[in-house]
Amino acid sequence: MSGLRILVPIKRVIDYAVKPRVNRAQTAVETANVKHSMNPFDELSIEEAVRLRERKVPVSEIVAFSAGPPKSQDILRTAMAMGADRGIHVVVEDKDPQLEPLGVAKLLKKVVDEQKSNLVILGKQSIDDDAAQTGQMLAGLLNWPQATQASKVQVEGETVTVTKEVDGGVETVRAKLPMIITTDLRLNEPRYASLPNIMKAKKKPLEKKTLKDYELDAAPRLKTIKVTEPPPRKGGVKVEDVDGMISKLKELGAL
Amino acid sequence: MFSTARKSVLRQARTQLRLSQPTALPQYSALRRLLSTLAVLDQRDGKLNIASLAAVTAGTKLGGSVTAFVAGSGVKSVADEVAKVKGVEKIIYVDNDAYDKGLPENYAPLVVENIKKGGYTHIVTGHSAFGKNLMPRVAALLDTQQISDITGIESEDSKSTTFIRPIYAGNAILTVQSSDSTKVITVRGTAFPAPETEGGSASIAEGVDPKVECPTEWVSEDLAKSDRPDLGSADKVVSGGRGLKSKEEFDRLMPPLADALGAAIGASRAAVDSGFADNSLQVGQTGKNVAPQLYLCAGISGAIQHLAGMKDSKVIAAINKDPEAPIFQVADVGLVGDLFEKVPELTEKLKTQ
Repeated sequence: MSGLRILVPIKRVIDYAVKPRVNRAQTAVETANVKHSMNPFDELSIEEAVRLRERKVPVSEIVAFSAGPPKSQDILRTAMAMGADRGIHVVVEDKDPQLEPLGVAKLLKKVVDEQKSNLVILGKQSIDDDAAQTGQMLAGLLNWPQATQASKVQVEGETVTVTKEVDGGVETVRAKLPMIITTDLRLNEPRYASLPNIMKAKKKPLEKKTLKDYELDAAPRLKTIKVTEPPPRKGGVKVEDVDGMISKLKELGAL
Repeated sequence: MFSTARKSVLRQARTQLRLSQPTALPQYSALRRLLSTLAVLDQRDGKLNIASLAAVTAGTKLGGSVTAFVAGSGVKSVADEVAKVKGVEKIIYVDNDAYDKGLPENYAPLVVENIKKGGYTHIVTGHSAFGKNLMPRVAALLDTQQISDITGIESEDSKSTTFIRPIYAGNAILTVQSSDSTKVITVRGTAFPAPETEGGSASIAEGVDPKVECPTEWVSEDLAKSDRPDLGSADKVVSGGRGLKSKEEFDRLMPPLADALGAAIGASRAAVDSGFADNSLQVGQTGKNVAPQLYLCAGISGAIQHLAGMKDSKVIAAINKDPEAPIFQVADVGLVGDLFEKVPELTEKLKTQ
């Protein structure tokens, strides 16, 4: 082992600041002509991998990976501009059946074996599906230790100590490599890719693959019956002063 | 003539479809397993996490029998307690201190062994830190696609059960069906009221313990101590945002208001990121989901990620100096004004009530 071989899976999602709209047929959320970017939790993963290297932890390489539509290569370039060494893109066309977390985890297991990765840093969840499953599933399939919702990562030789966000506070766990970490918001502040780095990233290798290359059977297990808008909340009344607020809350039975 | 030909073509097409579905079990045969649920409960230091009982409620909604599961050192007393919970038919416990901290590396194989032994069709747990950490690992070991954070179940019969869950931070509601023979589910606690904790009489049994080595060592924890009601289950929540300007102001204004109402304290991500409040208080897509009777917020603009965590509250009240803040679009009662005046005034007036 000459150093960490880090794999960072990233996902292209609708930008977090965009309010998603359900399509008219109620089959999905409208994605055409909507701004997409890298899932925010995945930016944290890339940042943490790059910071490990900057903290003089021996890192032999950082591989960014994405399975998704052709445009996912944009976020892979972003990851490389932030400091990933190379990218792997498994192209999944929009017309193909979409991968579910279990399918992604199975695919990642094959990628981990192929790339001989010994640390996988994923986001804790993607902000589109809100599933929060892929990292834990991958850990289960590989039978590796896992540390989810990390807010601090320390690597000393073969030992990784992770502080995790849990209900009501934090907890710290320790394990030996290889392992799986998923990131939480307080782990770090992702950097912006600078223009020179964006230019350099264009020259970094980006491998294009398909699911066939990995001989993966990942037929969806879940069938979408419908996607609907949540029932709208009606804004209520504005009151003039604190007394008005108290009496209105009493009227609504909230006090 | 034509119509029969067409029908047979249709039927063929349908059969093809059915054959191509990845079903491990002949679900459509008369031998279909009866629906039975395993509700995995969370305990710490011999104390049951009451919020995790939402899994029992979801189990009873599914129909079929509900078996509860707990593991840890000396959990027999927890099992006795769970045996009294309405809706639980049986409680399985595994007494071994290796499971105290809910580390998924050995807890997942433990759950899987007990699922295999009991032949359950549905595995349910709360979408808490414990459930989120453990369940996907269980699902992967069972080769099943988990359904996370459900807020509803619609069940005609076990073949056509559909699950409802929010996606895109609650901006869309997804209804899904699963083709997996064993369904692994996490439930949103605020969407399933906890069952009555008295009046049940479940049988108590010891589970199987595969005693898998755990490669992960639990080092320490640092939990926020609070005498106030728990944020996730409180029936009143007061929440502060960036408008409070500093930690000192947050600590000066929010606790007295919370105490006047008997409420839990929450915070927006902006307030947490600015260091005004502990991150265990964060409400929103990446924090806690709350659905109290009253959600009273001050200095919170109402970003979609925040609304995701609180818009199921019965009554929302907001104090903000910006009349255009998005929070007023969801608030039942809005007060435009400076929170540094309005919050203390509100606190005083509530105290004298």
